[in-house]
Amino acid sequence: MGCASALQMAEGGMKSIVLDQGDLGQGASGVNAGTLSLQIKRVKLMPYAIRGHQEWESMGDAVGFRKTGGYTLAFTDHEAELLHERMSLKAEAGAPIEFVSNSALREAEPNLADQVVAASYCAEDGYANSSLTGQFYRARLKQQGVQYREGFKLLGVEACNDGYVIRSANTTVSARKLLFSAGAWLKSLTALMGVELPVQARVNTVSVTERLPMLTRSVIGHATGLLTMKQKTNGTLLIGGGWQGRGTPEQGRGQVDTDSLRSNLALARHVLPAAENARILRSWTGFEAHVPDFYPLAGKLPGYEDVFVLGCVRGGYTIGPYIGKLMGDYILERTTELPLFDPGRSFPEVVV
Amino acid sequence: MITDTDIAVIGAGPAGCNAALLAAEYDFSVVMLDEQVSPGGQVWRAKSPAILSAPETPESVAGESVRNAISQSNVTHLGGVRVWHIERSEDPFVIHYENAGVSCSLSCRCLVIATGARETIQPIPGWTLPGVVGMAGATSIFKQDLIPIGSKMVVSGTGPLVFFVAAEQQRLGGEVAAIVTSNTLLDWIKALPAMLLRPGLLFRGLRWITAMYVNRIPIYWGHTVTRVEGESSVSRVEFKKISKDWTPQGQPRFIECDCVSLGSGLISAFESFQLAGISLEHNSDLGGWIPKQEQDGRTNVGGCFICGDGAGIRGSLAAETHGKLAGLSAVAFLGAKINHSIVKLRREYARAASFGEAMSKLSIPRPGLTKLTTAKTVVCRCEGITRAEIEDEMNLGAQSTISVKSGVRAGMGPCGGKFCQTAITDLIAKTKSCPVSQIAPPTARPPLRPISVNTLAGDFDYSDLPISKPSPL
Repeated sequence: MGCASALQMAEGGMKSIVLDQGDLGQGASGVNAGTLSLQIKRVKLMPYAIRGHQEWESMGDAVGFRKTGGYTLAFTDHEAELLHERMSLKAEAGAPIEFVSNSALREAEPNLADQVVAASYCAEDGYANSSLTGQFYRARLKQQGVQYREGFKLLGVEACNDGYVIRSANTTVSARKLLFSAGAWLKSLTALMGVELPVQARVNTVSVTERLPMLTRSVIGHATGLLTMKQKTNGTLLIGGGWQGRGTPEQGRGQVDTDSLRSNLALARHVLPAAENARILRSWTGFEAHVPDFYPLAGKLPGYEDVFVLGCVRGGYTIGPYIGKLMGDYILERTTELPLFDPGRSFPEVVV
Repeated sequence: MITDTDIAVIGAGPAGCNAALLAAEYDFSVVMLDEQVSPGGQVWRAKSPAILSAPETPESVAGESVRNAISQSNVTHLGGVRVWHIERSEDPFVIHYENAGVSCSLSCRCLVIATGARETIQPIPGWTLPGVVGMAGATSIFKQDLIPIGSKMVVSGTGPLVFFVAAEQQRLGGEVAAIVTSNTLLDWIKALPAMLLRPGLLFRGLRWITAMYVNRIPIYWGHTVTRVEGESSVSRVEFKKISKDWTPQGQPRFIECDCVSLGSGLISAFESFQLAGISLEHNSDLGGWIPKQEQDGRTNVGGCFICGDGAGIRGSLAAETHGKLAGLSAVAFLGAKINHSIVKLRREYARAASFGEAMSKLSIPRPGLTKLTTAKTVVCRCEGITRAEIEDEMNLGAQSTISVKSGVRAGMGPCGGKFCQTAITDLIAKTKSCPVSQIAPPTARPPLRPISVNTLAGDFDYSDLPISKPSPL
């Protein structure tokens, strides 16, 4: 999101520098399962998600974008009810989602488990190769002459005459405006500005298998959202679904929780029985930030005119490149194509 | 099936076995887990059960002795299992391992990690041809199956393993075409004072070298194999003299052979330490990236102790004593009163470590080593990625092991980077003109070994699926 905003600002003639505590894109987008599915986006965010898909499509091969189409499956009557209710609302919001018959599903995806009770399909769904995120944005930033620094761990911010001075262990950067787009790390960063944002981080688990013969060609989802599965062109299967690992952004990287991992993989096996002997090569976690109402933070940091915050999009991988552009426009004081989300709004009580 | 123990020891080599045996003397429950069916690790690897008898070697004698000790002790040895994750929890550790296709877990009050070393091989053109084997890999085959490898072998590398491999190949009935070693006689003379600490090994080494001369097997000191040639398998090697910084120079020469054993030294297999939460530091004298450690195997992670080559390449004798020290640290952590002389053990350890470290120094990489890897040489074997592709990625801005891995997939294959990370780290350091010690290894991720979905998923009933609140609409 930070990179997309910086690029938009550059296009509008505003100079910026992108700072990241690690490598670009490694905080979340680069460790993502890469799913681009309108079927798992919130109804009110659908217009953003649709434009997000368009952004990813325009990035194309450089990010390994593939529009494969996606199915969401229900295995029980309860799940089918959930599927019908939710997908209808999302379709009304603009996503080209339709319900498909069992025979159509079987023809398209012969290797899926046969106990499917109901299924929905969206032709716009697909995936990108999340590990290429960093490489992609590094190239674009260089191309547009936008400076960036990796391994810059922000320790403090001081106000000065003309704006702000940002400090790391051994260097400082001065700027007139600041944009915090640090995802799960927003809470601790904005605390440095004296603002408390109710940012929480989920610890999502993703696993990848060795290369396999092609078993599925679509992005597969589950009515409960507890599974995402896709097989990439190199044959590896990427399994996600938001199963929770352990850890907090302050501690660095999260840890895989083995019980969580096993349930995730058990569900994957249930849905795609042919994957049972596939060997998992790596499992990892990534932080996904949100605020109590599960809508984005995108706008001015409460109490500031020249400090902005962008994050907690929930669907940030999909929507990130687009909402980053909106943010860039907002900072350039242009009208944004779609409304942003005031970080200063009041939030419901946090229910633990 | 055991699910809980006082002390878990991962690794049944000289270090692990000694840690386990000593801890068991203090009446704690000890479970020792290892990938191999019989204890002994790599250096004391047991011969295959299909071989009824074989002439003794110093390693087989030491190995049999420790195997007997383990079987007669109260240590529970879980052989043939693969540890795939070390989870930090309230216990404070849970070890997850695979046993015959089933994933099991073992909680422990404290943990001793003795996972040892693996070898590193500098990629050279042709190193992926059938018939090329690592030197440590060759010794595993020698010890377990007691057969020579191929019929005519060239050995090329650094350190004492070069002579051990050649000697064993000969002893087991194979032919050695030549020994090519980057080390010079001067390198070995510098190691002489330390070698005098282990006269037995020194004489053994001298006997091997004498045997080479007697059998007219050429030893090319200060040389290295620069390419392996062959159609579908090895048919010959090209080798050159090297300069003091190991840059190949001068005219190439050739040796016909059907097998090449390569090796650029041993390095710590440090992934287990990373999963356990131990930080790594770089020390080229001890093989490169090693776990940060205090005396007697203690680490910054409470209740987690380390020993053996995993903690730094100091050799098998040091590993034995280090294991004892780590075992004592573990029982002390659990509140036992120690009645062994730690001072005496530390002295033994220091002596043994001096020898081991002198041997390791022979393999410290010099700048010319990377030059052996040409642009078209495959560096990441799993994904078939060449040096040129990795350097292109770096020219696009990838400046860390993580970003190179993400961009170009180097290190993302089934070996998890075990074959290629050393060479990749080296390339990054050269591109950035900074020391290797500033290029950290990528984040460690479970599983430690590839493990099937079936094994991990176990028995699963669809109705067990938690019906969580659906995500906001």
